Amino acid sequence: MRVLTKNNLLILGGIVLTFAIVQFLRSQNIINSFHEITIATICINMILAVSLNLVTGFTGQFSLGHAGFMSIGAYVCAIINMEMNSTTGFLIGIFAGALAAALVGVIIGIPTLRLKGDYLAIATLGMAEIIRVVFLNLEITNGAAGLNGIPRFTNWFWLYLFTVITILLISNLLRSSYGRACISIREDEIAAEAMGINTTKYKVIAFAIGAFFAGIAGGLYSSYFYFIKPDIFGFLKSIDILVIVVLGGLGSMTGSVIAAVLLAVLTTLLQSFTAVRMIIYALLLVVIMLFRPQGLLGTKEITDLLKIPDKKLRGRVE
Amino acid sequence: MSLLSVDKLTMSFGGLTAVSNVSFQIEKGELVGIIGPNGAGKTTLFNLLTGVYVPTSGTIKLNLDGKEMIINGLKPYEVTKAGLARTFQNIRLFKDLTVLDNVRIAMHQNIQYHMPAALYRFNKFYYEEERLLKEAEELLDIFKLSHKKNELAKNLPYGEQRHLEIVRALATKPAILLLDEPAAGMNPNETTELTETIEWIRNEFDLTILLIEHDMSLVMKICERIYVLDYGMLIASGTPSEIRTNKRVIEAYLGEDVNNA
Amino acid sequence: MEQFLQQMVNGISLGSIYALIALGYTMVYGIIKLINFAHGDVYMIGAYIGFAATTYGHLGFFPALLLSMGLCSILGIVIEKVAYKPLRESSRIAVLITAIGVSLLLEYVMMFFVGAEVRSYPKVLTNKMFHIGNVVINTQQIYILFTAIILMILLQFIVQKTKTGKAMRAVSIDKDAAQLMGIKVDKTISYTFALGSALAGAAGILVGLYYNSIDPLMGIMPGLKAFVAAVFGGIGSIPGAMIGGLAIGIMETFVSGYGYSMYRDAAVFVFLILILLFKPSGLLGKNTREKV
Repeated sequence: MRVLTKNNLLILGGIVLTFAIVQFLRSQNIINSFHEITIATICINMILAVSLNLVTGFTGQFSLGHAGFMSIGAYVCAIINMEMNSTTGFLIGIFAGALAAALVGVIIGIPTLRLKGDYLAIATLGMAEIIRVVFLNLEITNGAAGLNGIPRFTNWFWLYLFTVITILLISNLLRSSYGRACISIREDEIAAEAMGINTTKYKVIAFAIGAFFAGIAGGLYSSYFYFIKPDIFGFLKSIDILVIVVLGGLGSMTGSVIAAVLLAVLTTLLQSFTAVRMIIYALLLVVIMLFRPQGLLGTKEITDLLKIPDKKLRGRVE
Repeated sequence: MSLLSVDKLTMSFGGLTAVSNVSFQIEKGELVGIIGPNGAGKTTLFNLLTGVYVPTSGTIKLNLDGKEMIINGLKPYEVTKAGLARTFQNIRLFKDLTVLDNVRIAMHQNIQYHMPAALYRFNKFYYEEERLLKEAEELLDIFKLSHKKNELAKNLPYGEQRHLEIVRALATKPAILLLDEPAAGMNPNETTELTETIEWIRNEFDLTILLIEHDMSLVMKICERIYVLDYGMLIASGTPSEIRTNKRVIEAYLGEDVNNA
Repeated sequence: MEQFLQQMVNGISLGSIYALIALGYTMVYGIIKLINFAHGDVYMIGAYIGFAATTYGHLGFFPALLLSMGLCSILGIVIEKVAYKPLRESSRIAVLITAIGVSLLLEYVMMFFVGAEVRSYPKVLTNKMFHIGNVVINTQQIYILFTAIILMILLQFIVQKTKTGKAMRAVSIDKDAAQLMGIKVDKTISYTFALGSALAGAAGILVGLYYNSIDPLMGIMPGLKAFVAAVFGGIGSIPGAMIGGLAIGIMETFVSGYGYSMYRDAAVFVFLILILLFKPSGLLGKNTREKV
């Protein structure tokens, strides 16, 4: 088992330790149910941001429709979970939702990913709008009123588990030849093609994986907040996710994780001032682009910052 | 049957015919040069050979180990997979990635593990990545670049960036290597060194090389055969000494002193 | 048949509003290759200026129109100078993100000051109905159509016949070459934003008349639809934006007129994706390819 390197064991230890600490704080009621909503938001936003970063930050395909994929996961999971009111039903719902989102990602990705830059942005925005309008008009989704009374199975354990799995899998992908293929597309599409990279294929794969995890985030969301309606997953939700990715740094997983925490804290603080929150978000976008377009971390990762020597895989991709 | 046969290749952009009715053959192991004045259609020809453009008419046939395939109409990555690798006239490295990653990206098409192995870190992933690293370092050693493998490509000096382009093309394991002005911007010493390296690469990797070049000394010295393009048409072909004395070539170059090369 | 004609009339008046907004998109895209997301919000601000001018200033339709156009053009220039100009050498994604930021900023700053609620527009024009057969045309529609036509003729004149117009066309073809020829590129870009924003301001008032209601987020959808119109017409092409605007307006009224109003917005986006896939250069646009 080559995977059991010292570093990987350290990471595993860190993951378990973090879980234990939070679990302990919960049992002592230092983290109360009010904090838990923030924690849920952080986890869901991390999954969304990391998956969007794969598409936009690493593969260089600017998507403004991530909330659309999230909504597919949310609805599919909610509908299945309302039929099968059990943990099994919840897990089936999460995976069915993620697969449905990935499938839609492939179907939409194949034609639209031929487009470049701003045209792709508009096409993905349009696609998310189309998904929203479809949910508005379907009977099974209960139209504009949305679904209420979705059984709650999302708890701290599942949130943590899915967030960790998402981050691990996406960073494993990025630190492999497949990830390098994706990054080469961002760097120079023509050169990537000339080096034998099937750029269309990897764009669609990145898009589908991004959609898959956005679907998981959607499932967790619907099962945590009991209630979903199409308007939750509009253009502004896509922008919310984009702000996290841009603030953290397009092309930095660590950045997305940190920015998800920062913005969730900010949102909690500004809970009763929605307009002010949006003004701050808007200003953040403009100010970051004007003064630090690479975001907080640029394309750096925590491993670059701590200089963890990785003897087996020197010269990492990031 | 030649390794690469180009038959009546034509490419028009609207009213402009950039490559017109060009036919030529390249045999296995040859080192062939394409020369011609600016705007003669040399780079367009490369773009046709590598699938960047789809020709208006004509065919490009590749015959590898007795297997014949028509490569015009294939996408660039398919052409690379078929065995043609190229460098770019205006360097197109992945500037913000490391030297090593530039090379490893080119190795992706021959990777031996599947995506699940990467996602779940199977043993196969580690073995393959180690092999990749080793092979990439060996290739970088050709141009003494392996000690710079963790530097960003954009931070290399110009000459080394050109070298890295060649290494990257080699990393795709091509049968035919297409070099687009490999000596552009180099001084005479660097050019001489490059000339030797190109010959060495051909022998070492059992390659066939087709190169476009402005620098006559390089072309005349290493190419066994030369094709001359002018206004998109093939106006002459032959050995360096034949080209040197060809009247039409001298006319086409008007003033460029072919004899002095 | 009558229903068809009635829908045409409605579609043309809605479409001419889209066309006015689309012109701003197309001119800005033509000159700095940016989808100016904030453009739809300039139009929203125009609507509010008109609202304030008529409700509190008791101005008539035309003075309000001119005031809104003037203030919006200043807003356009400021946006360009503050947010886009410093990023002229940055990646296009960076500029696009900035544009989205500016758009949100305008929306929520506006919401902060005027509240999120929908306001009904004052009746500036006497509402008379004209019957032609069974087809009804009202005063608003006539005003909308004529204002739009006059503004478009004016714009065509400025772009085709004046020196500044010539500079705009030159900059949109090759910024560097234009600069070398002594054209003041920054000034020309400002001018383009001013013109486009003035048209958006006019559209804001016209839409207030048409829908009778305004709110701070009203710019998002019409803005996106106008962008679709600009893409359909061929981005960068002024006649294209006019044709595209009318086409989208007519399409939308027909989709809702025949009972699918819930799918109205989706239809526009399906249409956009189809255009991008089959004729990305639009009706009157030019094909470009990257040089290798």
